[in-house]
Amino acid sequence: MSFANALRCRECKREYPLDPIYVCDFCFGPLEVAYDYDAMREAVSRDSIERGPLSVWRYADLLPCDADLAVDIQAGYTPLLKADRLGTELGLRNLYIKNDCTNPTWSFKDRVVTVAATKAREFGFKTLACASTGNLANSVAAHAARAGLDSFVFIPSDLEQGKIVASSIYDVTLVSINGNYDEVNRLCSELAGKYPWAFVNVNMRPYYAEGSKTLAYEVAEQLGWRAPDHCVVPMASGSLYVKIWKGFQELAKLHLIDGVQTKMSGVQAQGCSPIVTAWEAGTNAIRPVRPSTIAKSLAIGNPADGYYALGVMAETCGACLAVSDAEVIQGMKLLARTEGIFAETAGGVTIAGLKRMAESGHIRPDEVTVVFITGAGLKTVEAVIDELEPPLTVEPTMASFEEALGERAIGERNDVAAQEARSA
Amino acid sequence: MPVTVRIPTPLRKLTNDQDSVTASDGGTLAQLIDSLEEQHPGLKERICDETGELRRFVNVYVNGEDVRFLSGLETLIEADAEVSIVPAVAGGC
Repeated sequence: MSFANALRCRECKREYPLDPIYVCDFCFGPLEVAYDYDAMREAVSRDSIERGPLSVWRYADLLPCDADLAVDIQAGYTPLLKADRLGTELGLRNLYIKNDCTNPTWSFKDRVVTVAATKAREFGFKTLACASTGNLANSVAAHAARAGLDSFVFIPSDLEQGKIVASSIYDVTLVSINGNYDEVNRLCSELAGKYPWAFVNVNMRPYYAEGSKTLAYEVAEQLGWRAPDHCVVPMASGSLYVKIWKGFQELAKLHLIDGVQTKMSGVQAQGCSPIVTAWEAGTNAIRPVRPSTIAKSLAIGNPADGYYALGVMAETCGACLAVSDAEVIQGMKLLARTEGIFAETAGGVTIAGLKRMAESGHIRPDEVTVVFITGAGLKTVEAVIDELEPPLTVEPTMASFEEALGERAIGERNDVAAQEARSA
Repeated sequence: MPVTVRIPTPLRKLTNDQDSVTASDGGTLAQLIDSLEEQHPGLKERICDETGELRRFVNVYVNGEDVRFLSGLETLIEADAEVSIVPAVAGGC
């Protein structure tokens, strides 16, 4: 059962009933779900969780809705992989990858949407909707199909093909808007006032955002019920980053893990890094930007949770940095080459940030470090297609194959020689 | 010259449903808010917190520029200035 007992304003702490609302009437602050943690502590144990389904719903008691009514396509319980080859390359001995590429619609968004869709159905909504940079649209369309709800998803018009197709297939009404994500989001805020729809990241947002906590729960459980020493998380709005931190805090509050000393580090793409800019300037006033980056899933110029992310960063002594598009591509290739994981551009951002933090010594070699890979690479093929070695094209004969192989070997030797000449 | 202050929907209960009100120019934003409070009691606590600072999810624009990037509450409000009070858009990913 759920132990949610109110919505509470994150700013002025006024409380509201558990309704489809998201802004405090008084001070306009965002609302967050409040729980009866004492009752929750009585009901939840490591055992009770370990007996649960292999999905986010094993943590149903820590979420704002009941598992019995879940709109469930098996989000979550994704692999936590020890990353020895990547770790060796970066000089980190205890590196883990939380691989959320394996979710049903290939990104972490299934975690938040399964919660939001469940809550929407509970409220009696007939239509599920969202403003999205792509991944969320895929997940909303899929969950709506599973629940038999209508769906409308709103995206900026410059998205990658993979993300468009991976929404359209579910028979959704896909609305492509001539504008950036922040403009899409603003329109959706207006539409949410007019249409009786459940916008997962507008009027369902307090519930929706809670789904991200399951990343922390899983990581702690998969590490043998402990929080890691260090997390590296990609940041767009900052919501995921803040909720991962909240997830660890809750597990400690429920006595499921010992204290939390986790450093929370966040990474943005240079072409859209308003949180990093504020951090470096030592201010918590975030100036919105117009995004320009290949990491389109992180291209949110006006980050709703940026202020709270800055607070967590300061509290936990995390790092906050931005990486270039070139580093993003190198990061994607590095992860694929060393660990066999093909992440989307956001994963490239995270790995590039991890690399910088390892090099600067911000992450110590023995720290148990978890890097969060939030979406799969086939969604953003455009970003790397021109950066990869083309296939060897040969006739179906041994001679042709060996000739081509020889040519490539010569090519590679020449590349090495040219590189050495340049550095000499 | 009076200054025009645009009032967002959620605050119009306090301004008799007017979408804009006028106030006198020549002072700082803080003084402007105090004079609005005199005309429309209750408005200030919706815009400012108990320490007197602007609430985090309330944006105030003077001639289109966010005052957080001007001089905050010390921003000078000149004649003919247009002041807008806009709740921040929550939502997003």
